[in-house]
Amino acid sequence: MTKAFHTASNATSQLIGGVPPAQWGIGLILLVMPAFASNFVLFQIFGWSFILGMIGLSLMFLAGYGGMVSLIQMTVGALAGYMVAILGSSGVVQISLDWPWWLYIPVAILVATLFGTLVGALAVRTEGIYTIMITLAIAAAFFYFTRQNYGIFNGYSGFNRVVPPALFGVDWRQPMPFYYLSLGCAGLSYFAVVYVARSPFGLALQGVRDNPRRMGALGFSVTAHRILAYTFASVIASFGGILLVWQNAQVSPGTAGIPQVIDILVIAVVGGIKRPVGPFIGAFIYVLLRVFSPDVLLAFGLSGERFKLLIGLGFLVVVFFSPDGVLGLWEKFKERRTRRLDPLLVVRP
Amino acid sequence: MSVMLANSTAQRLGSVSSGNALELRGVTKLFGALAAISDITLTVRPGERRAVLGSNGAGKTTLFNCVTGDFLPTSGTIRLFGEDVTRFPAHERIRRGLRRTYQISLLFGGLTVVDNVYLACRGVSRGRYSLLRPRINDVLVARAQELIEAVHLTQSRDILVSNLSYGQQRQLEIALALAGAPRFILFDEPAAGLSPTERSELVSILTNLPGHIGFIIIEHDMDVALRVAESVTMMHNGRIFKEGTPQEIENDAEVQELYLGGGHG
Repeated sequence: MTKAFHTASNATSQLIGGVPPAQWGIGLILLVMPAFASNFVLFQIFGWSFILGMIGLSLMFLAGYGGMVSLIQMTVGALAGYMVAILGSSGVVQISLDWPWWLYIPVAILVATLFGTLVGALAVRTEGIYTIMITLAIAAAFFYFTRQNYGIFNGYSGFNRVVPPALFGVDWRQPMPFYYLSLGCAGLSYFAVVYVARSPFGLALQGVRDNPRRMGALGFSVTAHRILAYTFASVIASFGGILLVWQNAQVSPGTAGIPQVIDILVIAVVGGIKRPVGPFIGAFIYVLLRVFSPDVLLAFGLSGERFKLLIGLGFLVVVFFSPDGVLGLWEKFKERRTRRLDPLLVVRP
Repeated sequence: MSVMLANSTAQRLGSVSSGNALELRGVTKLFGALAAISDITLTVRPGERRAVLGSNGAGKTTLFNCVTGDFLPTSGTIRLFGEDVTRFPAHERIRRGLRRTYQISLLFGGLTVVDNVYLACRGVSRGRYSLLRPRINDVLVARAQELIEAVHLTQSRDILVSNLSYGQQRQLEIALALAGAPRFILFDEPAAGLSPTERSELVSILTNLPGHIGFIIIEHDMDVALRVAESVTMMHNGRIFKEGTPQEIENDAEVQELYLGGGHG
């Protein structure tokens, strides 16, 4: 009995602690992807998946490790994007300040992280549905504020021609450079989350998720831990937001509209919020549906604009069959297969 | 009579208040109109081992919750090693050497045994917010290992806590309370639900604690309570009913009437 648990927990700790062979394989495929994938696939499918995956990852960190479902992550990302447009350069020359890249990128991340931390400081005093409500309310307020504020956020039209700086003489918006840029950022955030999950801070956050009262009785400040989790998640969301704005070359209130805010939740839940890789899987499925469902729908004689129907149905199916998302489905499948292989070897918990 | 006894004890010890491990003065906790505990005055010396007895609903656990800061008392003051901690949050009291175990195990089911104990060690030391993973020769990891061995959980080190048996969870509760440098521990029914063997193991763990660590133990099992404690406080209906040595309490007619139901005599 204990042996079976040992193997199970060893496998888990290997997955969290080291990097199993399957991940090396996937990493290698991602690295050589530009050799055989088209520009459209690189830029539109994978670039976008990595970016949405990063913002989803920031939610996964809060929800999976901290037990806090925050709907503010997309807004934090959008604010970082806005800051890049406002402090750097854009098509709206009367507002943009034209700072150098080494100044506007850190300041943008700092401002967005500060914002995310402040929202966290408000939200952590609430639990469950109220955390969702308060973060959604702030996200909605941000949307309407940016739409009505012309002095700083340029209102309804936002900023266009927001592009990455041409560092090392590379145009980072070309498909291959952008693919590697987004892959690099996604990979860094992924490994940062995997690493931090086993650090004292990450372990304590999981302790807060499992039992906040006991964490207090062990000498931890539960409130401070939760707020700092928002800070950490906001940094990842900020990077994701800046990349998103560079990819679209524009930022507007719609970047963090209510549908976009909800999409991040859908992405994280569909992929699975228990493990850092979940949001990337969710983002990949979401992007595939967004990009290809119009064709599928048209083939069935339906209007191509109804892609949300497919996403919604997909969400329902996943949540219905597996609360742990696609990852959970995969694990169930694996478990069932091993059980069929040798029922004597594996003891069910 | 009982209140007078409690008061006179408090007066006698009042002059040396700064030297006490724990000092409660007139602590009352109201839930709406219901007084879970009222006017509790209690003093425990450093290193003293005290049992708190009383029937269900006597207010024992509420008393613990007030001392650890899970609840703020409605009135009264709580001093820990001479310092007024009445308004301190729980984690500030823990950092001053107070520990507790819970009647119903409050553990981190999604983490392994070693993670649980490591967190307990981390909670009362620096680097609580560290983003760096512990190194292989980390002092606290070694300390966690020692504690796991001390409560006989070595075999279960890497098991998720939600998969532990009930008895093992009780043992882990004690390991968490021993982490860091505890000076005073509150044990809330540590023997509840344990087998006779596990009980005698518990008694040996408690009696082998270093002499400077005092504790209060809430226990329904008189055998456990009277074997590990040197003084006894009886509670009844949220008030202190009697204080004395185990022998005095055991032989007290009123106590036997009330708590032992006359069965002892």
